[in-house]
Amino acid sequence: MENLASLSLVAVYSAMGVYTLAFIAFTLDLARRSAEAPVPAAARVAARATQTSSVAAGSGGTAVLDREDALLPEARDGSRGGATVYQRVAFALAIIGWVLHLAATLTRGLAADRVPWANMFEFGLTATVVGMGTFLGVQLWKDVRYLGAYMTGFTVLSLGIVTVNFYVDVVPTHPALQSAWLVIHVLVAVLATAFFAMGAGLSVMQLLRHQREVRKSAGLRFLDTLPGASTLESLAYRINVVGFVFWTFTLVAGAIWAERAWGRYWGWDTKEVWTFIIWVLFAGYIHARATRGWRGNRSAWLAIIGFSSVIFNYTIVNLYFEGLHSYSGL
Amino acid sequence: MEPLRPSDYDDGSAPSGTAERPDRASGDGPTQPRLGVVGWGRFLWRQLTSMRTALVLLLLLAVAAIPGSLVPQRSSNPNGVVQFRRDDPELFEILDALQLFDTFTSVWFSAIYLLLFVSLIGCIIPRTAHHWKALRSRPPKTPARLNRLVGYREADAPGSVEDALAAGEAVLRRQRFRVERYGNSLSAERGYLRETGNLVFHAALIGVLGTVGLAGGFGYNGQKVIVEGQTFVNQLTTYDSFSASRFFSDARLDPFSMRLDEFDAVFEAALDETRGTLIAQPLDYTASVTITEADGESVQRDIKVNAPIDIAGVRAYLLGNGFAPVITVRNADGDVVFDESVAFLPQDSNLTSLGIIKLPDGLPDQVGMIGFFYPSAIQLDSGALASIWPQPDNPVVTLNLFVGDLGLDDGVPRNAYALDVDDLEQLTGGETGNDSIILGLGQSAELPNGWGTVEFTALPRFVSIDFHHDPTQAGVLISSVLAIAGLIVSLFVPRRRMWIAAEQGADGQGVRLRYAGLAHGDDPNLDDAVDRLATEHLSGLGGALSPVDERALAPASSQ
Repeated sequence: MENLASLSLVAVYSAMGVYTLAFIAFTLDLARRSAEAPVPAAARVAARATQTSSVAAGSGGTAVLDREDALLPEARDGSRGGATVYQRVAFALAIIGWVLHLAATLTRGLAADRVPWANMFEFGLTATVVGMGTFLGVQLWKDVRYLGAYMTGFTVLSLGIVTVNFYVDVVPTHPALQSAWLVIHVLVAVLATAFFAMGAGLSVMQLLRHQREVRKSAGLRFLDTLPGASTLESLAYRINVVGFVFWTFTLVAGAIWAERAWGRYWGWDTKEVWTFIIWVLFAGYIHARATRGWRGNRSAWLAIIGFSSVIFNYTIVNLYFEGLHSYSGL
Repeated sequence: MEPLRPSDYDDGSAPSGTAERPDRASGDGPTQPRLGVVGWGRFLWRQLTSMRTALVLLLLLAVAAIPGSLVPQRSSNPNGVVQFRRDDPELFEILDALQLFDTFTSVWFSAIYLLLFVSLIGCIIPRTAHHWKALRSRPPKTPARLNRLVGYREADAPGSVEDALAAGEAVLRRQRFRVERYGNSLSAERGYLRETGNLVFHAALIGVLGTVGLAGGFGYNGQKVIVEGQTFVNQLTTYDSFSASRFFSDARLDPFSMRLDEFDAVFEAALDETRGTLIAQPLDYTASVTITEADGESVQRDIKVNAPIDIAGVRAYLLGNGFAPVITVRNADGDVVFDESVAFLPQDSNLTSLGIIKLPDGLPDQVGMIGFFYPSAIQLDSGALASIWPQPDNPVVTLNLFVGDLGLDDGVPRNAYALDVDDLEQLTGGETGNDSIILGLGQSAELPNGWGTVEFTALPRFVSIDFHHDPTQAGVLISSVLAIAGLIVSLFVPRRRMWIAAEQGADGQGVRLRYAGLAHGDDPNLDDAVDRLATEHLSGLGGALSPVDERALAPASSQ
C-alpha cells in the first residue's frame, strides 16, 4: 500500500510538471494571438456587407449590427479562429497532464482502499482532476481553449498548495467518515466546485471581453479572438447552473448525513453556514440573470464572488473556523 | 399567455445592447399621479415582489449569515459562547446586544428571510394562477411575420397543404408539443413543465420554512451518559441534559428503557512521522444495547457512529465514550460508604481521563477527590504518569484528596464533573508532601488520617447517547427532494413555441413551408430545435430546406 501512495505522489508531481508546460504553452498562445496582425479593414467591411445584405433580403427589416461580430465571424461552437499552433501543443499537454493526474487520484484511492476524497488533500486532488476533466469535456462541445491558461494555471497552483500544505499519509477512515454519504456528499461537492471553477473563469473572460467591446483600446488584443461577451455569459450561465444543482444536492446530502452522524440535519455549524451562503449567492446569480439591469457584468461578478466563497469555504473555513466539520487532522 | 412576471424580469430576449442601460423611469418620465394610501400600498407591494428586491434580499441574506460563522453560536456551540464571555466580557456585551450569538434567530436575520419569503409568496401566487390558466389554454395564434423569429427557415415540399400540415402536426406531437391549428398554420407549445418545476421549487422552499415553523415547536433532545451494565429509562428527570421546544410536554415521552450491555472500541496504530510516536486511530465504536419498549418486548441493538437507532419515536445517536472506574470507599469500620462507577471524562486521544468523586457523607469530614485515569499507564522520566494507548491494557487511577465543605448542603446544584478546591484543604499530592493515591485495577489503599480505604474495584466503560425527537425531519426531507426535482426541471426543460406555416407553392405546385420558434427566456438550443423540426418534417414529406434562405437569420449570438 505504501508503494501505491508514493506512486500517487509521483504521479501528482509529474502531472504538475506537465500542466506547467501546458500553462506556458497556453499563455504563449494567448500572447501570440495578441501579436497577430489584425484582420485588414477591407476584409472586415466585406464580411459585414455580406451579412447585412443577406439579412436585409430575408427580413425586410433593419439588421442589428452586433459590435462583437465586427472582427471575425463566429463559428457555431463559438470559436473564432485566431488560435496559434501553441494552442494545439498546449491542449495535448493538458490531456497528458490530466491522464497523469487521474492516475494519481486513482492510485491514491487504491492505496487508501476507499474513495479518494476523505481529507483536504484528497479533496483538492479530486476536485482539480474533475475540474480539468470538465474543461476537457466542455471542449468536446464548445471551443473553450482560451480558458486553458486559467484552468491549467489554477490547477497547478491548487495542486501545489494542497500537496505542500495539506498532504497526509494514507490513513484508515475515522468512524465518523465511514459512511456511504462520504461517497455521495463529497463527490457532488467536488463536481459542483469543478463547474463553478469553469463558470468563474468564463465570467472573468466575459468581463475582460466586455471591457474590450466597450472601449476598443482596453485590454489585450487576444480578447478579440474570444467569443463575444454575451456568448461567454451564456456559456458561463449554463455551466454555473449545473454547478448550482450539484451544490443544492451537496447541501441536502450534507444535511441528511449530519442527521445520521450528529443528530440533527441543520445546526448552523460554520461549515453549514458557509454552504448556505454559497447556495444563496448562486441563487442570487440565477436571479440576477433574470433581473433587468443585472445581466452582463453584474452577473459575472456574482459568479466570481460565488466561486471565491467556495474557495474560502474549502480553505479558511476548514482550517481556521471552529466547528463540527473541522479539519484539524487535515 | 405570459405568466405574470415582475415588471423588471429580464428573460434575455431584448437585444444585448439595451440591457446595460439603466432604468430611465425616474426623472425623465411623465408626471406621475399622486398616490393615496391604497396606491402607496400597491406600489410598495410591487416593489417588494419585484426581481430586484428579491435579488437584493438574497444577497443581504448571504452577507447576514456571515457573522453567524465568525462568533460562536448558542445553538451550535454554547460552550464557545461561555468561553467568549470569559475571554472578553466587554465585547461580549456589545455583540450579545446585537444578537450576534443568536444570529439565525436574531431580529435582523429573521427580518431578511421573512421579507424574502413574503416576496416569494407574493410572486408565486399570481404566477401559479397564470400557469394554471396557461396549462388549460391553447397555443397562441401564429404571428404574421415569422421571419422575425428565431430559427426562421423556408422549404419547398411536394404534396398538398393539408397533407403537409397533418404530417407537421404528427411530428410536433411526437416531439411532445401541444398543437393548435390556425387556418393554414400550426401553432405549438411545449415545456409547461419548466414553469411547473419553478413553482414547485419555490413552493418547496416555503414548505421547508413552514415545516420548521410549525412542527419545530414539538421537538426535543436529551443527552445521557450510560455506564456498561446500567439501564436508562426515558423519563424527564433521568436525562443528564434536556432541551425542548415550545409545545413539548412530559406526556410526549414514550416510555422505553435502554441497558448498555457492552461498548467496544477498535483502534489501529499509525505512525506519526513528525514525532516518531504511535497514534491510535479509531476504527470503530459500537455500543450494544438492550431496548425494552412499552409493550414489554426486549430487543438487542447496536449503535454506532453514523448508525443511530430508532426507539419509540426518538432516534438515539452514539456521541462520545470513555471509562467509568468503580471506586469503593470504606470507612474506618469497614462499612462501604461509596461504591459507584464514576464517569471520567477523556482529556486526550489516549483517553487519559479526569474524574471527580464527592463524598459528602460517610467519612468524618466531607471529602472531594480529583482523579486521573490512565488506560495504559506508563511512568515518565519525571515520575508523572501518562497513557500511551486508549485501551485498558494497564489501567491506573490516581487520586488526590480534598477535605472541607463541598457546598452541597446549601441545596444549590453543583456541577458533578467539577470540584471547586478553593475552600478545601488538600491532603495528598501537590505540595502537601504526601503522595497521591495510585491504584491499579483491584488494588486498594489507605485514606489519610486513618479514615478508611479506597479501592479501584472495576472498570466498565460509558457511552454518551443523544436522544432526538425531531418532527420536522419528514417534512423538510420531502420539501428538499421536491425542491431539487423542481430545480432541475425548471433549469433544463426548455419552454418554447414553434410554428409551421404552409401555403401553396409558387407555381401552384407543391407547398411552401415556413418554420420559426420562440423561447420563453434563455434557450440557446432553439435554433437547432427549429432545424430538427424542419428536417424531420421534410424528410417525411420528401422536401428540402431552401438553400438560399437556409442561413440563420440572427447571428449565432443566441441567448
